[in-house]
Amino acid sequence: MKLIYTDSLVVGAGLAGLRVAIASKERGLDTLVLSLIPAKRSHSAAAQGGMQASLGNTVKGMGDDEDVHFQDTVKGSDWGCDQDVARMFAHCAPKAVRELANWGVPWSRVSAGPRQVIVNAQKVTLQEAQQAHGLINARDFGGTKKWRTCYTADGTGHSLLYAMDNKAIAMDIPVHERIEALALIHDGKRCHGVIARCLITGELRAYVAKSTTIATGGYGRIYEVSTNAIICEGIGQALALETGVAKLGNMEAVQFHPTAIVPVGILTTEGCRGDGGLLRDKDGYRFMPDYEPDKKELASRDVVSRRMTEHIRKGKGIDSPYGAHLWLDITLLGRKHIETNLREVQEICENFLGIDPAKDWIPVRPTQHYSMGGIRTNATGESPQLKGLFSVGEAACWDMHGFNRLGGNSLAETVVGGMIIGKYVADFCENNSLEIDTQLVEQFMQQVQSEIDVLIEGDGIESAFTLKHEMQRIMMDYVGIFRNGPELDKAVAELKVLLERSRKLGLKCKKRHANPELVEALRVKRMLKVALTVACGAAARTESRGAHAREDFPQRNDRDWLNRTLASWPDPDALEPVLNYEALDVMKMELPPGYRGYGINNAIAHPDTAKREQQITEILAELGDDADRYQRQRAIMPFELPESLQPNNERLSDTLTSPSANALGEKS
Amino acid sequence: MSQGRQLSFNIFRYDPQEPDDKPKMIRYQLTETPGMTVFIALNKLREEQDTSLQFDFVCRAGICGSCAMVINGFPTLACRTLTAKYPKGDITLMPLPGFELIGDLSVNTGKFMRELAERLKLWLHPKANDSDVHRLEDPMDPVEAARLYELERCVECGVCVSACATKQMRDTFVGAVGMMKIARFEMDSRDARTAEDFYHVIGNQDGVFGCMTLLGCQDNCPKDLPHMQQIAYLRRKMAMTLI
Repeated sequence: MKLIYTDSLVVGAGLAGLRVAIASKERGLDTLVLSLIPAKRSHSAAAQGGMQASLGNTVKGMGDDEDVHFQDTVKGSDWGCDQDVARMFAHCAPKAVRELANWGVPWSRVSAGPRQVIVNAQKVTLQEAQQAHGLINARDFGGTKKWRTCYTADGTGHSLLYAMDNKAIAMDIPVHERIEALALIHDGKRCHGVIARCLITGELRAYVAKSTTIATGGYGRIYEVSTNAIICEGIGQALALETGVAKLGNMEAVQFHPTAIVPVGILTTEGCRGDGGLLRDKDGYRFMPDYEPDKKELASRDVVSRRMTEHIRKGKGIDSPYGAHLWLDITLLGRKHIETNLREVQEICENFLGIDPAKDWIPVRPTQHYSMGGIRTNATGESPQLKGLFSVGEAACWDMHGFNRLGGNSLAETVVGGMIIGKYVADFCENNSLEIDTQLVEQFMQQVQSEIDVLIEGDGIESAFTLKHEMQRIMMDYVGIFRNGPELDKAVAELKVLLERSRKLGLKCKKRHANPELVEALRVKRMLKVALTVACGAAARTESRGAHAREDFPQRNDRDWLNRTLASWPDPDALEPVLNYEALDVMKMELPPGYRGYGINNAIAHPDTAKREQQITEILAELGDDADRYQRQRAIMPFELPESLQPNNERLSDTLTSPSANALGEKS
Repeated sequence: MSQGRQLSFNIFRYDPQEPDDKPKMIRYQLTETPGMTVFIALNKLREEQDTSLQFDFVCRAGICGSCAMVINGFPTLACRTLTAKYPKGDITLMPLPGFELIGDLSVNTGKFMRELAERLKLWLHPKANDSDVHRLEDPMDPVEAARLYELERCVECGVCVSACATKQMRDTFVGAVGMMKIARFEMDSRDARTAEDFYHVIGNQDGVFGCMTLLGCQDNCPKDLPHMQQIAYLRRKMAMTLI
């Protein structure tokens, strides 16, 4: 049996995983990263538009701070997020941006003086402050009060991932590439590492570690059309699920991005609309202002996706062999802007559509994009059920996104979450010893070995490819943007049949080393369990919240559903997960549930909401007018952070002589 | 939709881990569908005709650089190559030369790039180590930032390496990818290294003075990076250190 020991084991070499690895290595811990692919090819690289951090350097970001970012994030989540975590995140986001500048990211910078931008289809000239010259710039994104999204053209994820991986290389952190984790080694209480398979040689290895951090991204590929890379198959979530102990949170919370190209589902960034792009229908009509007069194209993603779907259902879509779509129009931004700030979008349009986005409209439709759900962790990133198991980034339900994630907050979560959780992982490794129970390791090794033996030598007849396509179709048809009881029940029933069939998988290619069919078979069994947690969670949640929109229960129901879905799979032979719920405590919230600002306000209130609002008013009154915003925040909802991340963030507005946005602001 | 035309794929097959296997070309027929890319075609072939077929895709959007291969004689990204580009419908696929072959169309570019990064120290060497993340960041010239991003768009796909005649003859040659990255850090005002430091790494036959300027890199780079300009820039810069 091949055994490899380390202190801090990280599964997944995207931004979140690498950041945790760097944090471990900084503390002198032995650190090892496993990855399906070379680190720089991770899906983090595909993030285009940018990451949110309340630096407030640009004139349209003036007045921004942690408080505003926190409020946008909570509202965006439709009050489904963990507010402590949203606070931790908003506080550290500026630090992460600045850290990445030190590691080499060429963030787009502010140029002092006038600059022309497009706001609400009008040319507007902004006047940037002299003191802001050369500081990190920001663009507008959906669902945010300020221009807060820091960027490098539309290749932000690429720049960040390259800087992060370069840092990891500089620190001599080993990344074992083309290795797939297939089981977590655990004793029901503590996680001890993973059993993994080399995708080249087929060798099984046990990686035994003090801490195991799952940073494998989302589960978008359980859907037929997704913007996600093809490796985002939810295997990390499945690993946790298959322990029977660790729980997944809010798996039904799945985001659909408004603007992926048709038919292949490749993303065009929200930056297109942030920079002034418009959505048009088959008549060339700009329809979003009719639905959302206030935020228009820059409403929150879940809202725009639903409005687009509604509009298509009214017959306003453009017919194509792949179904109806709408147009994204960025022609008004001008060629120069597109060729500098939307370069990747331009390339995608040229290569996959054969069009020039400076002249032609882009065919788009809402497409599966992001997994808010994931491995449930507490605020330190650790599984509450399985000690030593951590999760970070899209793989996790740390829970800063609740039921809808804001654009620019996912890239931010990877590096900010990695920064914070990395420190807690390192603490854990320093405070715990390596426990090696070779018998336990062997037991898991044999389990995986026999799973492979059965696939290769057994008499199964089912095709992994067929089962996967069927699963993806079910998720598309019945667990999409708009959901309803009968369809969700159908999805659950059909997925159960597929899960049963997956126990009879057979392979045509019998190789034990590099064997793509074996890889597919090992994954599809796991993906089906993940798909079932999504479908079952969605069927059970009889309300609409964020991206979970039930046609049969259109109201957000705080009275009965202000909680987080938890899914576990204690019986390996069962055909569905066990669901239970974790209540969100209104009496501890800094921002009690309220109106999000879209459509009609029809939420069913939680009985504690009024009580908590009253309490907050009293707390603030007691503090008096002299208290600064930090004191006020602490009095309402104190939150914890590692000491080194606690200092306040300095901003240009702290020193700028005339910080008011009006003084410097827009001249139309 | 009307029935698409028949495509004929001629694909390199070899599994170096099978003791008796020998490299060979195998033909596969496939019906073309609208908007079909080599990514779509290869997955269809694997699912429907030969489940052992090896190839690498990750983003399938031309962003991650995983899927470079030689298509009808030219190295390029397979994910964004439309089959419609080939009027005869004959498509020959070969693995990228210059890299360790894993099997069929899959090569180990990741290992190559990591070793290159370690050898050339391809990361920012900051001037000051005491940058405080809680304080206002150091300003940077907006024009410089934009220029750095342009050079940083390299996706390490390996196309430039496979298209390089110098690399074919000199295994230790750093290739356009290595030089592009060196140029990127050389131009970064935050990097503490001087031209002399870089001279030690690429001021030789393995670096700028080995390049024969055949510019296969520039011709084939899927990101249209200005390799010619950067190699010339570095060569001049390195020569200046000798004066």
